[in-house]
Amino acid sequence: MALNIPMPGKRFVIGVPYGWLILFFFLPFLILLYISFVDMGGDISPFKPIWDPVSGILSLKYENYLAIFRTEEGAPLFRTLYIDAYLRSIWYALCTAVLCLIIGYPFAYFIARSPASVRPALLLMVMLPFWTSFLLRVYAWKGILADQGVLNRLLMSIGLISEPIPMLYTNVSMLIGMTYVYLPFMILPLYANLVKMDFRLLEAAYDLGTTPFKAFWLITVPLSKAGIVAGFMLVFIPCVGEFVIPSLLGGPENLMIGRVVWDEMFTANDWPRATALAVIMIALIVIPLALYYHYSSDPAEKR
Amino acid sequence: MKQLLERHFGKAWLVLVYAFLYLPLVFMIVFSFNSTRQDARFTGFSLRWYEALTRDTKIVEGFWLSLKVAAITGVLSAVLATFAAFVLVRYRRFLGRTIFSGMVNAPLVMPEVIIGLSLLLLAVGAQNLFGWPQRGMLTIILGHTLLGMAYGMVVVQSRLMEMDRAIEEAAMDLGAKPHQVFFLITLPNIFQALLAAFLLAFTLSFDDVVISEFLSGPGVNTLPQVIFGYARRGINPTIYAAATLLIVTVTVVIVSYAVWVARSTRKREREIAAALKS
Repeated sequence: MALNIPMPGKRFVIGVPYGWLILFFFLPFLILLYISFVDMGGDISPFKPIWDPVSGILSLKYENYLAIFRTEEGAPLFRTLYIDAYLRSIWYALCTAVLCLIIGYPFAYFIARSPASVRPALLLMVMLPFWTSFLLRVYAWKGILADQGVLNRLLMSIGLISEPIPMLYTNVSMLIGMTYVYLPFMILPLYANLVKMDFRLLEAAYDLGTTPFKAFWLITVPLSKAGIVAGFMLVFIPCVGEFVIPSLLGGPENLMIGRVVWDEMFTANDWPRATALAVIMIALIVIPLALYYHYSSDPAEKR
Repeated sequence: MKQLLERHFGKAWLVLVYAFLYLPLVFMIVFSFNSTRQDARFTGFSLRWYEALTRDTKIVEGFWLSLKVAAITGVLSAVLATFAAFVLVRYRRFLGRTIFSGMVNAPLVMPEVIIGLSLLLLAVGAQNLFGWPQRGMLTIILGHTLLGMAYGMVVVQSRLMEMDRAIEEAAMDLGAKPHQVFFLITLPNIFQALLAAFLLAFTLSFDDVVISEFLSGPGVNTLPQVIFGYARRGINPTIYAAATLLIVTVTVVIVSYAVWVARSTRKREREIAAALKS
């Protein structure tokens, strides 16, 4: 097969996106890494160069990283503001992913089992809110969940509660917001997986006397494992770095790592600290991703 | 009986989740027509928030800036996404292919905070070295394009992969030059995906807060930045009015795109059937 037709412009075609990415993705990352290893600067420059201009000595500073793990007294107790923020981010991202799975799995399953003629419309209806501004949809939850908001008033008018439940600026409102925003990221890969499933397998199991529940656990769930894992990653990863939703719906005790990086950068003006925090954040995201690729990719697909 | 139960449970679940997905949209549309600032009670129909919207210079300026940024980002992203997808699909072997595919896909999983932060550092570095560029529209576009290109690439790549290469080879055999093949055969074939990539990048850009917050300069505020500023302060029905206009626009664009795709697919199928018959 003549799949590799010689193209005189091959260099140009590869060069344009390659150059773009080197310049605007790789180089910025190197700068980020570089600043995380230097000292905080004085008044004019936000950071000092890595080599001493007088003596010419090159010195890497690990101080920015150590400071993340060190408590005030200097004892490495691992309970710093930063560690807490990392753990909180991971915890909320996990909760969001689990909530999305619980809501999204039956949803994707029932769409996949609905008649083929209505499926495109049902999917389009999932995509539509997803295309309208994410910021505005998060903002709307503020009005819905406020103390004097629609939900509290509704619950009060039907007599379920006598006074408003504080929901806004708590972890409840934050989790509602994150689940709401990331639900389509769970539904779409699950649907893509479930729609390919051969539902005759379930019928065969029923014929052999299995209960629907058991058939679901023993057949449907294992067959859709790839979709579950993909959806879980698609929700978990962006949630770890989420910035807007905690800012709008979370309270002061829901400080997440994205916000901490921002504050170090613009409020404390400590660029080396902010970049060191960012580097660890990248590591936190790359590790589960690497595990995912390692376990999910087919041995046959590996080149 | 079991099947019946499953069907009813299924319908109820679908309805509930759709209600969850659409609740904020309905809420904003309804309360954008409210006559008072009151949030939880509909006190009467009025258009005062729409009027307030047109008079809010920050929002109006932000809107035009966002529109410009999103349009340029959309075009740049679609072009770069086509390049990147072409490289990944057609060139199986070249130096640094793994690094390349890693770099193209990385923005999909990188938190926006990190993309914003690292590009800010680049911008500051360049400014110290060359005195250029000032933080503002240009830097925002660069940041958005990094993201838009990655998403657009996924769309264009899948279209390029399913495209039948025999027609390109046929054109080549008939003496077409490579660039002619690309512009006359390949491009029309992947046009639908290009449009989707443009729309995706446009929407991402039009909606982005975090990257813009890192990369904008003084006095340069995109619409989401203005809204984010308002949103942190409290309830403002003017934003509901803006949201309603956006929801209507997006619905019209997405539904017409879906109808157009469905129609052109059917047309192509009919043409293929007719060609096979003759």
